[in-house]
Amino acid sequence: MITLQHMLVLSGLLFALSVAGMFINRKNVILLLMCIELLLLSANFNFVAFSRYLGNIEGQVFVFFILTVAAAESAIGLAILVVLFRERRSINVEDLSTLKG
Amino acid sequence: MPKPMNPNLLLAIPLLPLAAAVIAGLFGRMVGRAGASAITIAGVLGALLLSLVVFKQLVFEGASAYNGTVYTWLVTDGIRMQVGFLVDTLSVLMMVVVTFVSLCVHVYTIGYMHDDAGYQRFFSYISLFTFSMLMLVMSNNFMQLFFGWEAVGVVSYLLIGFWYTRPTAIFANMKAFLVNRVGDFGFVLGIAGVAHFTGSLDYADAFSSVQAIAGQTFEILPGHTWSAITVICICLFIGAMGKSAQMPLHVWLPDSMEGPTPISALIHAATMVTAGIFMVARMSPLFEASEAALSTVLVIGATTALFMGFLGIVNNDIKRVVAYSTLSQLGYMTVALGVSGYSVAIFHLMTHAFFKALLFLAAGAVIIAMHHEQDMRKMGGLRKRMPVTYWTTLIGSLALIGTPFFSGFYSKDALIEAVAESHRAGAVYAYWCVLLGVFVTALYTFRMLFMTFHGEERLDHHAKDHFHDVGWDMKAPLVALAIPSMLIGFFTIQPVLFGGYFKGAIRVLHHNDVVAEIGEHFHGPVAFALHGPLGAPFWLALAGVVCAWLFFLKNPSWAAAWESRLKGLHTLFSNKYYFDWFNEHVIARASRGLGQFFWRAGDQAVIDGTLVNGSAAAVGWFSGIARRVQTGYLYSYAFWMVIGLAALLGWFLLKAH
Repeated sequence: MITLQHMLVLSGLLFALSVAGMFINRKNVILLLMCIELLLLSANFNFVAFSRYLGNIEGQVFVFFILTVAAAESAIGLAILVVLFRERRSINVEDLSTLKG
Repeated sequence: MPKPMNPNLLLAIPLLPLAAAVIAGLFGRMVGRAGASAITIAGVLGALLLSLVVFKQLVFEGASAYNGTVYTWLVTDGIRMQVGFLVDTLSVLMMVVVTFVSLCVHVYTIGYMHDDAGYQRFFSYISLFTFSMLMLVMSNNFMQLFFGWEAVGVVSYLLIGFWYTRPTAIFANMKAFLVNRVGDFGFVLGIAGVAHFTGSLDYADAFSSVQAIAGQTFEILPGHTWSAITVICICLFIGAMGKSAQMPLHVWLPDSMEGPTPISALIHAATMVTAGIFMVARMSPLFEASEAALSTVLVIGATTALFMGFLGIVNNDIKRVVAYSTLSQLGYMTVALGVSGYSVAIFHLMTHAFFKALLFLAAGAVIIAMHHEQDMRKMGGLRKRMPVTYWTTLIGSLALIGTPFFSGFYSKDALIEAVAESHRAGAVYAYWCVLLGVFVTALYTFRMLFMTFHGEERLDHHAKDHFHDVGWDMKAPLVALAIPSMLIGFFTIQPVLFGGYFKGAIRVLHHNDVVAEIGEHFHGPVAFALHGPLGAPFWLALAGVVCAWLFFLKNPSWAAAWESRLKGLHTLFSNKYYFDWFNEHVIARASRGLGQFFWRAGDQAVIDGTLVNGSAAAVGWFSGIARRVQTGYLYSYAFWMVIGLAALLGWFLLKAH
């Protein structure tokens, strides 16, 4: 029997995985974007889990919104990446540190 | 029924010179040289005439003294600061003397400053001085007194440094200003004391509550109680010491001779320096309540009277000799104040104003005739070249040394007798000082007269070729001053000293009233003068003249011989008792050192170093650390965000439990 706890643990694992991916990956910006997607998905998973647990459909409606926003965000992120690559000839994270104090 | 005085008339007296000063000063180019002198002379003449009108009303027509406010400047915490006039017999006497001497000096200046580029400026200043001095003497409250006090100080500063391109003049006016600051510090404290204990700045209020103050004591240092009235009076007298050049605050007066001679006559001899004497006389109800303060006044005055006279003997600068004489005579007046002989002090102030202004103006005439040569060793035999100046100087000198029937005799002899009658602590010392001072006065006065006007001519070629006697615009004031120098004592001693002239203006306690004691033996001015040769002062003065004749005219080699014999004493006198040396090397150096210390420790180290640069450095140091957090890498920002989120969440959850 799959309970709420199982789903929340899975969601937490997904979240931790994506955060770890962000920290550990120091090379590729595309990987970063993917990690963000995974982050959002883990959040979505939480929504779905609670929606089912509480028997309330609103959480699942919210997931659609988040998916839409995530898609738009990925599109914009990729577009920025393309421009960045044209500008810098690199999408290496370590090269993108102009905010450094 | 005498009619009350018109306040508008009184207001016009100081305002006429002020208006003239403004016109001559600000519109000097427009009115021109002749215009400036004409306007200022008209202003001072108007003030003199109005003062005489007031004098007539007050003295001959029996009008009562005017005491009223014309303008309230501000009221703060119950203390009223206002412009008001107290015109009684004391102030009206000062007003007449000030305006008369000022008028003489104005006229004299036409000739003296004839070739000077700052002609209009000079006239503006001396008119401004007349205004300030009138405000000072006519005041009915401490605030206005202080205003006048400072205003005459400022004008004195401006005029000592009138030739502002001379470094010595700038040094002298700075010195005068600084030394006067020391005195004014005491003066302000005195005024503050009066305001503290009476809650009013008005003379009348202060005088009426003397009894209340007299009983009070207060602690400045813990454990030492002081009588309030003594502290107040001594503080006020410190102000008088600065302005009236009493030891040890006298050092500025000889140096003030850097200014043009008319100024030395008007400000540094006849009027401004007597402001301190006037002030103490005006405060007589306060001073009477403090025996200790009067003894202080007495001792300081006596010391100044004798020891400053000595310096006149060794000086060779004609103006400085007269300046030391002024110091010594101011000491005499202070002695008179110290023995409660306020009226004698004012009487001597008046006669001194005439003959000292005369001597200064005469010295100025000599200086102009000699083409700005002031060294008496290069003069001599000028008697035939400038007879009017010679005779007027002789009159002034005879008055100064106290020859019977001359004005100086009456005031000085009355003064010495007053000291002899006094039983105050220090009176014996003061008596010997003033008595010896008579000899010294005669010695230096006639030394000056003989060296300048008698004997062989020691003029150098330049002076001889260009010598020209001064015109009547300079001689007329000499004559105008010579007449009162001769006569005024004879005619005024009876009413001023013994006729109750100062009744109501000066208050003396009965057992202190030395003047009344002299009055018991007074049988008219002629008898007083004929009595003169029976007293010691007459013979001392004569001895002084004879000594001067012997040493400086008959046998000048004797003077040189004595000079080498008394080398130590001569060096001491030539160096003015090392007061200047002490001030420059000890006081000035110490205050410079203190200033340097505060500049280094306070300004540079604490303010600049710690506060200003320190706070900047702290910000820099902190941001140097903080910037390390800003790596620019996305993952580190994300990391901090997560950490922050975790921390907030953790805190939130922990709080919930």
